[in-house]
Amino acid sequence: MGFMDKLKSKFKQNEETEDVSQKYQEGMKKTRHSFSGKLNDLIARYRKVDEDFFEELEEVLITADVGVTTVMDLVEELRMEVKRQNIKDTNGIKDVISEKLVEIYYGNDNEEIEKLNIQQEGLSVILVVGVNGVGKTTSIGKLAHQLKKQGKNVVLAAGDTFRAGAIEQLEIWGERADVPVIRQNAGSDPAAVIFDGIKAAKSRRADVLICDTAGRLQNKVNLMNELSKVKRVIEREIPGAPQEVLLVLDATTGQNALSQAKTFSEATDVSGIVLTKLDGTAKGGIVLAIRNELKIPVKYVGLGEQVDDLQVFDANAFVYGLFADIATED
Amino acid sequence: MAFEGLADRLQSTIKKITGKGKVSEQDVKEMTREVRLALLEADVNFKVVKDLIARIKERAIGQEVMESLTPGQQVIKVVKEELTTLMGGEQSKIAVADRPPTVIMMVGLQGAGKTTTTGKLANLLRKKHNRKPLLAACDIYRPAAIKQLETLGEQLDMPVFSLGTEAEPVDIASRAIEKAKEEHHDYVIIDTAGRLHVDTDLMEELQQIKATVKPDEIFLVVDAMTGQDAVNVAESFNEQLDITGVVLTKLDGDTRGGAALSIKAVTDKPIKFAGMGEKLDQLEAFHPERMASRILGMGDVLSLIEKAQSNVDEKQVKELEEKMRTMSFTFDDFLEQMGQVKKMGPLDDLMAMIPGANKMKGLKNAQLDDKQLSQVEAIIQSMTKKERQDPSIINGSRRKRIAKGSGTSVSQVNRLIKQFSEMKKMMKQMTNMQKGKKGKGGFNLPF
Repeated sequence: MGFMDKLKSKFKQNEETEDVSQKYQEGMKKTRHSFSGKLNDLIARYRKVDEDFFEELEEVLITADVGVTTVMDLVEELRMEVKRQNIKDTNGIKDVISEKLVEIYYGNDNEEIEKLNIQQEGLSVILVVGVNGVGKTTSIGKLAHQLKKQGKNVVLAAGDTFRAGAIEQLEIWGERADVPVIRQNAGSDPAAVIFDGIKAAKSRRADVLICDTAGRLQNKVNLMNELSKVKRVIEREIPGAPQEVLLVLDATTGQNALSQAKTFSEATDVSGIVLTKLDGTAKGGIVLAIRNELKIPVKYVGLGEQVDDLQVFDANAFVYGLFADIATED
Repeated sequence: MAFEGLADRLQSTIKKITGKGKVSEQDVKEMTREVRLALLEADVNFKVVKDLIARIKERAIGQEVMESLTPGQQVIKVVKEELTTLMGGEQSKIAVADRPPTVIMMVGLQGAGKTTTTGKLANLLRKKHNRKPLLAACDIYRPAAIKQLETLGEQLDMPVFSLGTEAEPVDIASRAIEKAKEEHHDYVIIDTAGRLHVDTDLMEELQQIKATVKPDEIFLVVDAMTGQDAVNVAESFNEQLDITGVVLTKLDGDTRGGAALSIKAVTDKPIKFAGMGEKLDQLEAFHPERMASRILGMGDVLSLIEKAQSNVDEKQVKELEEKMRTMSFTFDDFLEQMGQVKKMGPLDDLMAMIPGANKMKGLKNAQLDDKQLSQVEAIIQSMTKKERQDPSIINGSRRKRIAKGSGTSVSQVNRLIKQFSEMKKMMKQMTNMQKGKKGKGGFNLPF
């Protein structure tokens, strides 16, 4: 059984998975078309597996923002594999490429870490961090809505006291999701707001507290220190918290996303990624690079502007979405 | 950082071919591979990279190596020239309408920084061009977007026109212009909602606004961290709206910003401004040449070389080397050295030209201002000839006198004397090292 058949059979297992993969296929349509379309195109054009083929394969992957280092490693492995299996024509290499990509994707990670860590008992704290304009506040709004729908008691803390209108933006999301928003005035100390948030969440016996923070570029040392302080406040107030530190990444971001993941991890020990704006033409290949180089799992993806467009990340469905064209073509 | 600069990449390749008189085809081939990777790592679109590499190959092969450069530097020079040409000259002018108000429309993806840039641009227009702008809040979709612009307006003490979230963006824009005419604003900056370039409905809305208000400028606001997708975004916005310029935001981050090159290549529209920070006065004119260096990740090494060559007297350098070796380096020589450095331009500029200097630990936070430099100068000049030759004779009362004479404090004088003796120690170590292992240690330019 080929790799794609294996994947497909996995999805046939139950209706629910079918549903999820359907949504992914919808949202990832543009991504999928351009990526696997190109891969197919490439395979059709080159009959022989030679250096030119590999060079162009490099380019296809780089265009997907996979990251130069990851691509170079992958292509090197492919070269060896082709030699080992004595593959001569490009049709034979299709499965090998897919398998290698998936291998990079999963690595040796436990699939369990993909899930959002919410405790059954007591308060779970989610700290949301990222650079400016990636969609932190919007993602929080969507996440709050979903958790609320699951019957959780959710409180939001408006920790972005810097950007104009940020507090109001979170408040509107709070209204939409019907969850309370703990805030202070613009310009106040974010750590103090988060502290208030914890107190309020505790007294309301909330299940989940989601903390918004101001966007900051990762090379601003003072701002990163401020973020570490916010995390320390949470750690001090609730042992074992924050249960999740989610880094929000914009799918249109190029290689800098790696630098973001690295630096934010150093400051706040990031536990998962929310990949936003995947409904555009950006390929989202950066996910591969981040998993491969930093071992940080993606937990959610943003596939549109509606409340429901924040999807739990399903690696299987995501990869299936990327390769669906190749799979169905056979 | 996940990537190394071009200069580092090229180092090994270049070692093999230094000392040659001509750049051979093989040299160029090896080096262009490295250039290609460096550009791709900097997020320059691969198609753009391909074209560039082809042109660089053509130009570099068979070139005579300039006397002052190694073949490696020669190729980098060609690369940089090509990049700079592609980026075009500096163009930070803003159109002025024959009949005011001049209308500027801000467009772009979500989260690019349109609203912040709108505020910054208004500030720039008032401060630098003495204009009186009105801001129009046409982002009716994102929660609190209008509030954000209004807050910026308050901070800047500048009027913001809005009709809430129920009105149509087209109406808000045209009513804003009417109001600007009534109240004699000479500029109207229209902030629009972020949208995907493939969202046909919302792109149509922009076309409608354009058709109605006939803007004099349409600025596409792009996040400098954008990856390969930058070409699709820029091409699409340009096709549908015929933009007049680009503003690159978040350039104060550590991205290499290859998107700038991609955008310029596919739209051929000038990048006019760069967002350099979160404060409202941090919008600067875009410098194509600096950007070229940044994309290559090499600092402005070439300008540094050129500056050094035109300002440093060969003979003096030889003398200095001799002095360093024999440990007879005095405060007088130090003063002369400082004069040489000063001739090359402001210190900050020089530091910015050294690749990696901004990432070196000690240097990152070092306050390099020229004022400090002149204080040092004053201290040395307040010393007697004897003291400059032999600092060990400078005792407590001499220190007091020097501090008084230079308008500094005794602790500042102490610090300088201490630094000077440490520097001498370091020089000794360096010259010793060079004697031992030739070429290793000491100050190495990256190629």
